Amino acid sequence: MKNLFKLFSIIILIITSNSNSFAAEKVEYIKTDWSFKGLFGKFDRASLQRGYQVYTEVCASCHSMKYLSYRNLAEPGGPEFSEAQAKAIAASFEVTDGPNSDGEMFTRPGKLSDKFVMPYDNVKAAQAANGGAYPPDMSVLVKARGGGVDYIYSLLQGYEEAPSNVSLDDGVYYNKYMYGNKIRMAAPLSDGLVEYGDGTNATVEQMSKDVTTFLMWSAEPHLESRHQMGFKAIVYLIILTVLVYFSMKRIWSRVESEV
Amino acid sequence: MPLLTLANHLTDYPTPKNLNYWWTFGGILTFCLITQIVTGLTLAMHYIAHADMAFESVEHIMRDVNYGWLIRYIHANGASMFFLAVYIHIFRSLFYGSYKAPREIIWIIGIIIYLLMMAAAFMGYVLPWGQMSFWGATVITNLFSAIPLVGEGIVTWLWGGYSVDNPTLTRFFTLHYLIPFLILGLVVLHIWALHVPGNNNPIGIDIKKPSKDTVPFHPYIVIKDGFALLMFMIVFAFFVFYAPNILGHADNYIEANPMVTPAHIVPEWYLLPFYAILRSVPDKLLGVVAMLSAILILAVLPWLDTSKIRSAVFRPLYKQFYWILVADVLILGYVGAMPAEGLYLLIARVATAYYFLHFLVILPVLGFKEKTLPVPLSITEPVLGGSPNLAAARNKESKIE
Repeated sequence: MKNLFKLFSIIILIITSNSNSFAAEKVEYIKTDWSFKGLFGKFDRASLQRGYQVYTEVCASCHSMKYLSYRNLAEPGGPEFSEAQAKAIAASFEVTDGPNSDGEMFTRPGKLSDKFVMPYDNVKAAQAANGGAYPPDMSVLVKARGGGVDYIYSLLQGYEEAPSNVSLDDGVYYNKYMYGNKIRMAAPLSDGLVEYGDGTNATVEQMSKDVTTFLMWSAEPHLESRHQMGFKAIVYLIILTVLVYFSMKRIWSRVESEV
Repeated sequence: MPLLTLANHLTDYPTPKNLNYWWTFGGILTFCLITQIVTGLTLAMHYIAHADMAFESVEHIMRDVNYGWLIRYIHANGASMFFLAVYIHIFRSLFYGSYKAPREIIWIIGIIIYLLMMAAAFMGYVLPWGQMSFWGATVITNLFSAIPLVGEGIVTWLWGGYSVDNPTLTRFFTLHYLIPFLILGLVVLHIWALHVPGNNNPIGIDIKKPSKDTVPFHPYIVIKDGFALLMFMIVFAFFVFYAPNILGHADNYIEANPMVTPAHIVPEWYLLPFYAILRSVPDKLLGVVAMLSAILILAVLPWLDTSKIRSAVFRPLYKQFYWILVADVLILGYVGAMPAEGLYLLIARVATAYYFLHFLVILPVLGFKEKTLPVPLSITEPVLGGSPNLAAARNKESKIE
């Protein structure tokens, strides 16, 4: 058993030495309790629905989410809008389809099977509309940033007056969590910017939390089933390991050498 | 013939009965290889090897393919687990002198497998076509440009163009698909070659087989390997289900963009020590040579180590140098992940120098200078007429267990 202890300590050493390397920038992110962390972590359904509202009313005017479909909004483990609600959401967007039998492209209301409609036709158009900066696609944004959800959550609340020794160009803003502190996105949230249907007070903090939760789901849509399956798998493995351990002891008791 | 050997390996192959848990990693590695092949085949059914579609097809796997997330996370973390196991396997061999006569062939086949694993892992990391995929591929393929005269030509030939692009991706995919089967074949040879001399053991002495010193592989080693494998799978499952992205780099979730270079280009953790060696040499060509030598030096290890005694249990000095080497490699791994500047660069240089010093100077000299402890005559029978040496040996053994 001593061996195994050694083995685990080596594993832990490797992991810690590795994860240290990603924490190079030393900024303390704002901490909050995420419902989806931990062994049994699940998304807060209401927060996901509010987060979708923030995304679609605020972020979506610049940021695409090209890997998501409207049907995802009704799927288990997500915001779990009813199918009728998801259909209504989809139908509120104009989708370009075609070509039809005349060879013409046409627009129609969105369907569940459609991907989220993108705010710009292409990267160049997005850059042209945003002073040269490309608002990144948000589908996997949380996984594409070192600090993950904590980083996004902090960034949304990290806008401040620039210190006097920092000069900012036009269209550049100061954010204490942004790498290099300069960001091309103006503070996207302000208190009361959206009106939540469930009566939740739409503070910047609340909206940041909701939209970050939504982004976590969009990056890991199967997070809940992953956690559930993981728990079962590990419990199963532990039970099996214990059983095999005792059979091993029994088998090895036939020879005098100790295992 | 090899197949018969394999069947025999799982049944009555006589195995030293004092094998400790460090010997279970051969079985664990076989499990890793099979897991990678099975999950890899499944992923290949859904993956599209095209520069414009690869990233999207990976997202398709993660979102829309039934249990695609599970298969991909097993495959991605499986690579890390594979390397974790192979490093333990290699360092076990270093500690107990398993590479020494008469097992040089097994060792050399092992080094070739390790090289192929690195190639497969590197090319596999390129396939999702994220930022780290693209820039990692650019950095590594550019190493070949250090070759005098023909370097540039070779790089163009590797790329299939004038930059890392679609032709590079498709050929990497093809090779990534091919290499595991080469590894599989070599694993068969590795086990076949093992059957000629039989297993080494923690005492490192030759044993008569079958004898009182051995047990049949089944059921004794099968159950022990099985137990260790299950322990390993618990760690594996933890990563897959609860920390699937912790060993990867966040930048690889950004689609490859030739116009934007990431702030730090780092390889996966298991290649970091060699990356540190590469960067510690100021000259590009010499850096590449140093990196390759760091791996290839292992192939001649059986002849660099001049000691007749295999196990470090009876080599008090070697044992200390062994642990220094382990620390040295971990340090190299750490600085490999850091920017190559200032103190980190200095540490990398010292650690690189020590790495070569260990193999080229310390090991050969140690074989002549070291005063080794008396070695028992067999595993079961006490030593040299039951002298106190046995007690010493036993003590030593239990210490490392």
